Amino acid sequence: MTHPIKALLLIASLGLAACTSPDRFGGGNSVDLNNSGGLNDPNAMGAGDATSPSYFSSTIGDRVLFAVDESTLSPEARQILTGQASWLNQNTAYAILVEGHADEQGTREYNLALSAKRASAVQQFLVAQGIAGNRIRTVPYGKERPLEICSEESCYAKNRRAVTVLQAGGTS
Amino acid sequence: MTRLVNLVLSLMLAATLVGLTGAARAQGPLRIEITEGVIEPLPFAAPAFLPENAGAETLAVQITQVIADDLVGTGLFREIPAGAFISTVTSFSSPVQYSDWKAINAQALITGAVGVTSDGRVTVKFRLFDVFAENQLGDGLQFAGTTASWRRMAHKVADAIYQRITGEGGYFDSRVVFVSETGPKNARRKRLAIMDYDGANVQFLTDSSSIVLAPRFSPTGDRVLYTSYETGFPQIYLLDVETVGTRSLGQQTGTLTFAPRFSPDGSTVVYSVSQGGNSDIYRMPVQGGPETRLTSTPSIETAPSFSPDGGSIVFESDRSGTQQLYVMPASGGEATRISFGAGRYGTPVWSPRGDLIAFTKQNKGRFHIGVMRVDGSEERLLTASFLDEGPTWSPNGRVIMFTRESQGASGAPSLYSVDISGRNLRRVPTEGAASDPAWSPLLP
Repeated sequence: MTHPIKALLLIASLGLAACTSPDRFGGGNSVDLNNSGGLNDPNAMGAGDATSPSYFSSTIGDRVLFAVDESTLSPEARQILTGQASWLNQNTAYAILVEGHADEQGTREYNLALSAKRASAVQQFLVAQGIAGNRIRTVPYGKERPLEICSEESCYAKNRRAVTVLQAGGTS
Repeated sequence: MTRLVNLVLSLMLAATLVGLTGAARAQGPLRIEITEGVIEPLPFAAPAFLPENAGAETLAVQITQVIADDLVGTGLFREIPAGAFISTVTSFSSPVQYSDWKAINAQALITGAVGVTSDGRVTVKFRLFDVFAENQLGDGLQFAGTTASWRRMAHKVADAIYQRITGEGGYFDSRVVFVSETGPKNARRKRLAIMDYDGANVQFLTDSSSIVLAPRFSPTGDRVLYTSYETGFPQIYLLDVETVGTRSLGQQTGTLTFAPRFSPDGSTVVYSVSQGGNSDIYRMPVQGGPETRLTSTPSIETAPSFSPDGGSIVFESDRSGTQQLYVMPASGGEATRISFGAGRYGTPVWSPRGDLIAFTKQNKGRFHIGVMRVDGSEERLLTASFLDEGPTWSPNGRVIMFTRESQGASGAPSLYSVDISGRNLRRVPTEGAASDPAWSPLLP
């Protein structure tokens, strides 16, 4: 793919993301309510393009899941994160924000701290894979932003997650 | 009755109380020992307060109702309906027909009068009678204020009555700051709100553009510490209740701080900082200044709460492998574990009386609010549900308010209160979903 096309796709994605999530770019006041409005929104254009944010989220996988009360990375999580690191090493136009989340079984403060550990575990893994530390920021959401809303393990399992959100402002 | 005689009688009454414990006695002095866990509420009569002038009629009835609601809401009192009354109170100063109130078993009689002046001032005066002892309990008292603050005057009357009968400070003239919630579970919008302790007079303090969490009152009730995602990251803010002005506590961009609480003198904030995934406890002057790190462990340390003397901090840590409660000196240093029961313990809060620590407990898939002595002994669980958390103490340390969240996709949080004997569980009325209550001290 030529550079001009890639640039156009990026602009298109940026435009979409700006509609849904102005705060992703710093300084905004609003909070993304769906955890999916970043650049790697799967609905954004360009899913077939291996350098597109939507390829990152849908094909590479933008999230890893955790066991109850755990922040250690499972073999599956390490595999996904290895893929993320490889993609990020090739697509240096992006910085990332790693969102840590917990399920609702826990007190608010503890879950914040636990979700910070989860986000940090992802950050440390990516740094070890060669991603510059200054490209990665983390934010703990605790149990404030569940993806699934039932009060059963099937939902909890999906809520115990760390999501890698692409942002403009990489180092390229 | 002259004031002197009244005083002598009061002293005699006080003297007869020494050594008495237990719930109210039908024929004994008017007295409730809260710690005994009252099973039979004390019956009282509160005939509608008399309007002292035209225009005071409605307010007089409303004020009487709020006083009665305050007392009944404690679970310690039972109101005798007006339909049962034999006597009619026609004048605030006329003598009480004790026999008429004895006949309907009113152990306490509350009479009062309400006046409204042309410039919008309200005066409320009341007397409290021990019907079976046939005397007045304490002097008559009068409160004055603006029409807009009529509920506060009613609460002050109820606080005085509660104080005279239980010997404990009241908690009705107080407020609660909390998080008001709207929207579905996966897109919840949160904003800070403040209300009277009974759910009246709700005011919003922030808009819902950022997630806000866990507001905490200053010891004088005029400021609130809370956590907000205003910058996109959780950080601590200070809000002035009167002006609703807010300011950051001055953390650097990207620093993750949460779980703030004031020291008892209001000068210091203790809180958690998450760095590299590790949460530890810090303190700093509210007015700004250097941070002092109080814990340095690779485990989760959070939810710190000062003892009322300012000398100790209780907090939660999972350094043992699960969430447990610890006490350390307020300057940091070695911490002593105090929770040893089954399950996990979090969100400890020191009682304003200094005698107990309230906490959230998780065990076998259920959540509980409980209390224990400050050394961890005599643990008692007061509630059980799918999700109870975040206790806050009433100003007198006798009631605990907390968040109870219902289960499932349509689950939502509400505020509940329970007394420290585990009785009188009540939902605190709020218009929509509400969480993270913090109870103010008694208002000045």
